Amino acid sequence: MSGFTGAIQLVYVLAAACFVVGLHLMNSPATARRGNQVSIAGMVIAGVATLILLIHYGTVTATGWIVLISGALIGSAIGLYTARTVQMTAMPQLVSAFNAVGGGAAALIAIYGYIESEANAGGALGTTTVFTLLDVIIGAVTFSGSIIAAGKLQGMIGGQPIIFKGARALNVTLAVVAVGAAAYMLTTASLPALLIVVLASLAFGVMMVLPIGGADMPVVISLLNAFTGTAVAMAGFVIANWALIVAGALVGASGSILTKLMADAMNRSLANIIVGGFGTGDSAIAAAVAADAQVRSIAADDAAIQLAYASKVIIVPGYGLAAAQAQHGVAELAKTLEDHGIEVSYAIHPVAGRMPGHMNVLLAEANVPYPQLREMDEINPEFGRADVALVIGANDVTNPAARRPGNDISGMPILDVDQAKSIIVVKRSMGTGYAGMENELYFDPKTSMYFADAKKAMTELTAAVKTLVG
Amino acid sequence: MRETPVSTALVTDLTIFVLALLVGFEVIGKVPATLHTPLMSATNSIHGIVLAGALLIGVTAHNLVGYILAFVATVFASANVVGGYVVTERMLKMFRRKPQPAVQAQAQPQVPARPQAELDGKSRS
Repeated sequence: MSGFTGAIQLVYVLAAACFVVGLHLMNSPATARRGNQVSIAGMVIAGVATLILLIHYGTVTATGWIVLISGALIGSAIGLYTARTVQMTAMPQLVSAFNAVGGGAAALIAIYGYIESEANAGGALGTTTVFTLLDVIIGAVTFSGSIIAAGKLQGMIGGQPIIFKGARALNVTLAVVAVGAAAYMLTTASLPALLIVVLASLAFGVMMVLPIGGADMPVVISLLNAFTGTAVAMAGFVIANWALIVAGALVGASGSILTKLMADAMNRSLANIIVGGFGTGDSAIAAAVAADAQVRSIAADDAAIQLAYASKVIIVPGYGLAAAQAQHGVAELAKTLEDHGIEVSYAIHPVAGRMPGHMNVLLAEANVPYPQLREMDEINPEFGRADVALVIGANDVTNPAARRPGNDISGMPILDVDQAKSIIVVKRSMGTGYAGMENELYFDPKTSMYFADAKKAMTELTAAVKTLVG
Repeated sequence: MRETPVSTALVTDLTIFVLALLVGFEVIGKVPATLHTPLMSATNSIHGIVLAGALLIGVTAHNLVGYILAFVATVFASANVVGGYVVTERMLKMFRRKPQPAVQAQAQPQVPARPQAELDGKSRS
């Protein structure tokens, strides 16, 4: 390492330090924007350092510059356009797409490095090969897996788990082929073997995500995020670049933490989710719902009376709320109640959405101040003091059956909605949630069911509350 | 086969990797659940640093395969980095401590400031 490249490497370390500080500032909504800006500053520093390095080497051909500049411009334009226009409900797809391109780019870097050194005398062997292979495998799996995940979230591929006979055997075969070809490449430089590794990894990525259902997406996205980070770190080893190593490690750590949080919140192991097929088993559903149990159905006016005479209301939003585009409606209802002096807060379950923290962003977009958005552990003790718990589009995460052993959701952390003095559930029908079991909450004598589309329900409720308090 | 001893460079790289992982676990464990989506989006833009690696392909790319790989990698990585930061910024702008006043109230942030000042004056007297 010459003095010059050493200096550039230190500039990369400075950039990496900016990323760490930026992430640190994200520990509070008040400083998070500053954190993002520090992170951007780090990225600009790294970009400038890379340009200086390119000019310093002086070996980039004219065609090379055209390729790089046009690539950067086209990519930036695509990124800018999608980032500006994307709906907040579509954030999980976008994050997935960025995982795909990040992992894809990391894999391409290693593929190029391998082709390049293979062409030189002596072949592509040595310790770098290990990192090259890890980069190619992880990057390719991330690329195809994230595209499938984005497709599922976008509704282009069915959200239902896609399972077919022999899928597991095929997965094992693909994994063996990829790892086998990679092992061969450790001793013998071979481009065909590299191609096999790439193709088998891409196919494995597809097969890994296809059988995973829509509600498991928070885990899958987090996992693919961790993969992307790891792939980028491996690319850093391949080209001996500290910025890539540090940034990749940070993302890998973040993705791993979120994966664990999401899997815990669903009370499922990662292996269980990847293997797939939830609620498809024929295990006897042990929900204690008597055959003659009745649900109480109410209309908007009755629900509005309960809300208007409450002093504390906790709103429990679920993905159904976002699917019905009712987040603005619920925010307006909450504001009407607050103007009337009623204390309103939101109980957000970790998996209320299609990615970690998704519901918080949707409600923030609907102008809900973030101090009202409360995490599960923090809000659970407050349900006992709530006059009304208003459940909108949430199902399994409110089912008290989770507290008892012997059913599909046993042990899953839930919101203690059943502790509230009265409960209103806004729901389109009595259909079951993702776990495919009856929600005992609906049969609780304190519960009233308000059957309606969430968006329409919010409009009706707001109007009804206004006539009562106005 | 060449002798491939574990070089000091590799040891340095591995050390940096492990330390960065530990820093990552420490820093990210403190991010509240409210911010998990922006966090993921922010880390998404951070892995856009892969752009540096994509650009560096250009240093040795002198044939069609090299140019194609450099081009695709650069498009991917720059979409990642630009899109990631822009959408993170867009999201974080929405997180407010107090509800944003409706559009017509935009021009009067000084109104609540005045009673505050009066209050201060009283407490001082």
